[in-house]
Amino acid sequence: MEFATSPPPYVVAGVTVPRVMLQVLLALVPVAAAQVYLFGTGPLRLLAIAGTTALACEALALRLRRRSVPLALSDGSVLVTAALLALAVPPLLPAWLMAFGTAVAVLIGKHAYGGLGQNPFNPAMVGYAVLLVSFPLEMTRWPPSGPEWDAVTGATALDALRTGLRQSFTMEEVRAGIEFGRVGAAGGEWVNLAALAGGLYLLLRRVIRWHIPVAMLAGLAVPAAAAHALDPGGHAGAAFHLASGATMLGAFFIATDPVSAATSDRGRLLFGAGIGLLTWLIRSWGGYPDGVAFAVLLMNLAVPLVDRWTVPRIHGHAPD
Amino acid sequence: MSPRPALRGGLRLDGHKSRPFEQPLIALPPPRVAVLALDQGSGEEADPLVGPGAHVLVGTRVAAGRGAATDLHSPVSGTVRELARRPTAGGMGSCLVIEGDGRDARERAPAPLDWRGLDGDALVGRLGASGIGGLGGAAFPAASKLALARAAGVERLLLNGAECEPWICCDDALMRERAADVVLGAQVMLAACGAGRATFAIEDDKPEARAALEAALADAGDARLDVAVLPAVFPLGAERPLVAALTGREVPHDGLPLQVGVVCQNVGTAAAVARYAGDGLPAMSRIVTVTGSGVRRPANVEAWIGTPVAELVEACGGYGDSPPPERLLAGGSLTGRALGSDATPVTKGLNCVLVATAADLPARGEERPCIRCGDCADVCPARLLPQQLHRAARAADAAGLARFGLAACIECGCCDYVCPSAIPLTSRFRAAREQQHLHEAGRRRAAEAKIRFERHQRRLAAQAEEERREFEAARRRARGDRTEHG
Repeated sequence: MEFATSPPPYVVAGVTVPRVMLQVLLALVPVAAAQVYLFGTGPLRLLAIAGTTALACEALALRLRRRSVPLALSDGSVLVTAALLALAVPPLLPAWLMAFGTAVAVLIGKHAYGGLGQNPFNPAMVGYAVLLVSFPLEMTRWPPSGPEWDAVTGATALDALRTGLRQSFTMEEVRAGIEFGRVGAAGGEWVNLAALAGGLYLLLRRVIRWHIPVAMLAGLAVPAAAAHALDPGGHAGAAFHLASGATMLGAFFIATDPVSAATSDRGRLLFGAGIGLLTWLIRSWGGYPDGVAFAVLLMNLAVPLVDRWTVPRIHGHAPD
Repeated sequence: MSPRPALRGGLRLDGHKSRPFEQPLIALPPPRVAVLALDQGSGEEADPLVGPGAHVLVGTRVAAGRGAATDLHSPVSGTVRELARRPTAGGMGSCLVIEGDGRDARERAPAPLDWRGLDGDALVGRLGASGIGGLGGAAFPAASKLALARAAGVERLLLNGAECEPWICCDDALMRERAADVVLGAQVMLAACGAGRATFAIEDDKPEARAALEAALADAGDARLDVAVLPAVFPLGAERPLVAALTGREVPHDGLPLQVGVVCQNVGTAAAVARYAGDGLPAMSRIVTVTGSGVRRPANVEAWIGTPVAELVEACGGYGDSPPPERLLAGGSLTGRALGSDATPVTKGLNCVLVATAADLPARGEERPCIRCGDCADVCPARLLPQQLHRAARAADAAGLARFGLAACIECGCCDYVCPSAIPLTSRFRAAREQQHLHEAGRRRAAEAKIRFERHQRRLAAQAEEERREFEAARRRARGDRTEHG
C-alpha cells in the first residue's frame, strides 16, 4: 500500500493566530464595558468606526501588496489594533479623526513595514502618537465620568496633576479636583481595573507571559514610589500612577504585542521595565498627558538592541 | 539517589500508549523474502559481502559494518536475489533482497559469550561482531560507542528507557517482558565500557515497566545499578536533554556525552547485548510498536530485521477501513518519518509503525506570518529562540543562524507543534542546515580547487624553471665547447 509523505512533525497543538487574537479581543471586553459605563456609548461608536476602517485599510493594503486577503483578514490582528486604538483615545473623539488614526495605524504602522509580524512599532501606538501630535486638543479632552454626561470635557488627572503642581498648587489642592478618583483618575481607575482583569485573563490563558506586564508595572511603580517618598508634595505615588491613564491597558495589551516587543524572557523584562520607567519620566516631566504610547514606541525602537543583548545561553554552549 | 531531573521546555503530550498493551507481545515468523537495508537508520551504509545467487543461512554475515553502519546478518536461510534500491525509512536505499527457502537452516551454533572472563577491550571486540546497533533509533554500532566510552574513561552508563514520544511503547513492552535481560545487558555494557555505575532512566507514566525493572534489579543485587524516574515530558528521552536531566551537566553543543563522562544506550540495545551474551546469535530482530487508529489490533511485535512493514500490520489485524489510514509513519508523530510504502522493511532503528488516520494527526492549518509570540522558545529544550532562527533562515543570514545556535537544534519538533502560525519550523531549520552543509562543501571544493590550481601553477613554474636551467646548462656547455675548440 502507498501513502503520502511529508517532513515531520506530523502533529500540531492547534492553537492558531486567529484564536490568540480572539482571546485578546475577549479580554478587552471589560475595558470597553467600563468605558461605556463611565462615558456612555461614545467608545462603542469609536470601536465600530475603528474596526470598519481597519478592515477596509487592511483589505486595501493586502490587495495592493498582492497578498491573500481572506487569509490575512481572518487572523483578526487588525481588529486588535483597532480596538486598542479606539479604547486608548478620548471617547468623544470626532469620527473622522478615529478613522484617520486607524488608517495611519494600519497602513503606515503595519503594512508599510510588510504587514503582520514585520512592523517594528506597535501599530495602534503609531496611530495614537500621530493623532496626539497632530490633534492635541481633541486628543486630550476627556469627558468627566459619571452622571454628568453633558458636562464640559476637561483634562485628565495626569494632566491636571502636572499642570497643578507646576502652578504651585499643593498636592492636596490638586487631588481635590474632579479629575481625581479614590486612587487614580476618576473613572480612569475603573478602566485600569478592567484592563487589569482582562490582562489577568490573558495571563491565565497563556496568551501573554508575565514578564512584560510585571516589569512595566514595576518600572513605573518603583521610581514613582521612590520620588513620592523623597518629595510627597511634588510627585504622586505608585498607586496613583498604576491606576491612571493607560497604565494597565499598556502593560497587558499594548506592551505585550509580541511582534514589536523583545523576544526572550530576559529581553522582555528589560523591555517592560524600560516602558515603565519612560512612562513615569514622560508623565512627570514631559509635555503630554500620558507617556505610555511614547514609552512603548521608544522601547520598540530599542528592541533590536535588547534582542541582541539577551540571547539566552543555548544548551551545551559555554556561558558568555 | 538520583539528582533532581530537570528539563527546560518540552511538551506534555497525550501518549496514546495503552492500546498496544491490550495484546500480548507478538513474535513474528521470519519473512519469506527478507529485505535488508544497508543503511539501518544511522545514515551510513554497510558494505555488502554477498551478491545475487549466493546461498546464505540464518545468521550469515551478509554485509560488513563501517563507520556508523553495523554488520548485517541474514534472518532467513535462502538465496540472495538482488542488491537493489527499495523503499526504506529514509526514502529509497540499497537493500539486499534475500529469498527464504523456508528451512531456517542456521549457521553453526555460536558459543555464548563468556563476558565475565574477558577484559574490556576483548569484550568490546566481541560485541563488535554482534551487529547490535542503537535500538533507540540511531542504529549506531553499540560496540563502537562502548569503545569510544572506554577510551574516554566515562564514569556512568545511562540506559535510556525514557520513551517520551507519543505512540511508541516498544521499550516499555521490552522492560515489562525482559527486565532481567535489560539488567544483564547493562552489566555486560558496564564491563565493556569501564564505567562505574549505570542508571536506568524511565518515565513516571510507565509504572509496570518500572516495577519489573526494579524487581530485576533486586534480583541482580548489583549496587552499581539504579533507576531514575523522570517526568513524561517530550523530548526528555533525547540524548542531550536526558544527560542534562540526569547529571545536571550539558553536553557541549559540538561534542558528545562522553565529554561529560557518560555514555547513553537504549534499554533495547541492552537487552540485545544480553541475548548476544547468552546465545551468541547476532542481532536479527527487534521489538516494534505497531499502533495508530488505522490498524485493527495495535500491539508490540518482535519482528525480524528485513520484514516488510506490511507483514507487521497484517499480524496486528491489518489496516482498518473506517476511517481508512492516511499516513504510515516510522517512529512517533513528532520525530518519525512518513513512509511512502508499506513494503519498507524493518530496520534496527525502527521503533514504531504508526498507522495514522486523519483524526490521529490533525491537519496543520495554513501557514501565516510569524508574530514572534515566543511559544516556540518556551518549549525549545535547547533554549533556542526559534522565532529568531526562523527570521535568520528566511533571510539566509548565515551569521544570524550561527549566533542563534542552529547547530544546537535537535529537531524534536516542539516548536512546530506549538506554533500558532503553523510555520514548519523544523523543516526550515533542517533545510537551512543542509544549505549550510552545501555551502561549506562548496567552499571546501572551491578551496581545494584553489589549492590544486596553485599547485598546478607552481608545478608549471617549477617545470619552466627546470627547462630554463637545462637550457642554460646546455648553452653553457655549448659555449664551453666553443671556448675549448675556439
